[in-house]
Amino acid sequence: MTLSINDVKQVAGLAYIKISEKEAEATLAQLSGIFTLIETMQAVDTSHVEPMSHAQDLVQRLREDKVTELDQRELCQSIAPQIEGGLYLVPKVIE
Amino acid sequence: MQWEIVIGLEVHTQLSTQSKIFSGAATAYGAEPNTQACFVDLALPGVLPVLNRGAVERAIQFGLAINAKINSPSIFARKNYFYPDLPKGYQISQYEQPIVEGGSIGIQVGETEKTIRLTRAHLEEDAGKSLHEDFHGMSGIDLNRAGTPLLEIVSEPDLRSSAEAVAYAKTLHALVRWIGICDGNMQEGSFRCDANVSVRPLGHEKYGTRCEIKNLNSFRFLEKAIDFEVERQIEILEEGGSIRQETRLFDANKGETRTMRTKEDANDYRYFPDPDLLPVEIAPDWIEQLRASLPELPQARRERYITQYGLSAYDAGVLTSSREMADYFEAAAEQLPECAKLCANWIMGDISARLNKEGLDIADCPVGPAQVVRLIQRIQDGTISGKAAKTVFDGLWQGEHHQDVDAIIEARGLKQIADDNTLEKLIDEVLAANVQQVVDYRGGKEKAFNSLVGQVMKATKGKANPAQVNAMLREKLGG
Repeated sequence: MTLSINDVKQVAGLAYIKISEKEAEATLAQLSGIFTLIETMQAVDTSHVEPMSHAQDLVQRLREDKVTELDQRELCQSIAPQIEGGLYLVPKVIE
Repeated sequence: MQWEIVIGLEVHTQLSTQSKIFSGAATAYGAEPNTQACFVDLALPGVLPVLNRGAVERAIQFGLAINAKINSPSIFARKNYFYPDLPKGYQISQYEQPIVEGGSIGIQVGETEKTIRLTRAHLEEDAGKSLHEDFHGMSGIDLNRAGTPLLEIVSEPDLRSSAEAVAYAKTLHALVRWIGICDGNMQEGSFRCDANVSVRPLGHEKYGTRCEIKNLNSFRFLEKAIDFEVERQIEILEEGGSIRQETRLFDANKGETRTMRTKEDANDYRYFPDPDLLPVEIAPDWIEQLRASLPELPQARRERYITQYGLSAYDAGVLTSSREMADYFEAAAEQLPECAKLCANWIMGDISARLNKEGLDIADCPVGPAQVVRLIQRIQDGTISGKAAKTVFDGLWQGEHHQDVDAIIEARGLKQIADDNTLEKLIDEVLAANVQQVVDYRGGKEKAFNSLVGQVMKATKGKANPAQVNAMLREKLGG
């Protein structure tokens, strides 16, 4: 698969990362390298291998449905840049 | 041209757990902002999600209730997008191997019954809430809701009208409440619908381009939004235009839908398995244990009401629209199996009307099934007329005489004149005073008879049994 400079810009856009033209080019080269690596791996026949969803061969431990976390708003908000009325304030975003 | 409407629904149901899906913070509604948002919900560095057994159990119970396949292992995925009320930058959801796959739900629209297939139901966490009111040009973020467990239930595009969509949503709503996995509170957002709507020329196989309408939080809005959207799409197509695939918002004030985002700016969510969570194994004996914990389901009860109590499909459907109502009916009908239809009529008629008027749910009905049974018995044994029963019911509702039916009948003087002698005397008086009508009736005028019945009822101040008056009067006039 060949990656274009526009693909890089689109991914950057989705990730809300602002990149310059120079950075985009450098990233394109790096990502293309990674894609070559993936292509090499994809050459291996895995049709008889069951896909795994996790690197560890373990199963998920479950938690009892109990409230164990108490209110620590004051502590959490002590590191927030801006708060008001118990809310975290952020630059306005409306979808 | 004739158009066929094609609708599929995605419903987000909030699961009724005490704590969040991946953290031990509380899920109670209406708490002060951010007092139920712990380190995990805030996505502070180094925290890890630990799955809530209660959420998994509820999802499995739902799957069993709709005869779906329970996937094991089931895996969690990251759905990536950026929004301030999603602190991690991704929502933990399910993509491949959702916990519930397939299944179906039977719905009733008028007299017709239809089976709606489900695609899947998957577990995910809810996002927080953004408040865009006046915060000096900024947005306020409340993360209490972040991490609340949701079960997203996706139907196949099997619905063919807004009425079917509403019937399906209501059936689903009743089901999740019935099995106790969701409180169904739509005002609080515990049950939210998105509708995928498209139209195609009748008889065509291929689906038309669909639009998704977001966040319909009442059945009425669901119906209105679909109706508006269908009309909009047909209008465009009939004018030779084409539908653009997009996400639309329903504006309840204007009663119309408008573009929220088009496919071009649609997010590419870049799903991938969440490395923070291992696959969930669901052992067969756990499934069986949960199956055994399920109550008798609405569909089964509906069928039983038809066979056991001889109710019509419609009545049985109404009575099983909520578990509370079904339990109320059953408590009454068990006492009076031979009068089950009368019990049904009272519940669907006077009781429902009064509850509606007072804005109450049947669970809060001040008149219990035992009183209704006693009331029906008093109609059956001729103590009171059907009309007087309504007055007694009012007395019961007001809590008169400790809700003792007999005491209310006595106190309000509603007892029917059952004594033949008393009634006969009154009838004779009426006949003597209405000679002309007697002559008319004998001359073949049926109207005159009704008038005489009316006179007798008036003479008894409405306390006679009309059937009895009728019979006695006919006997007298016939003789």
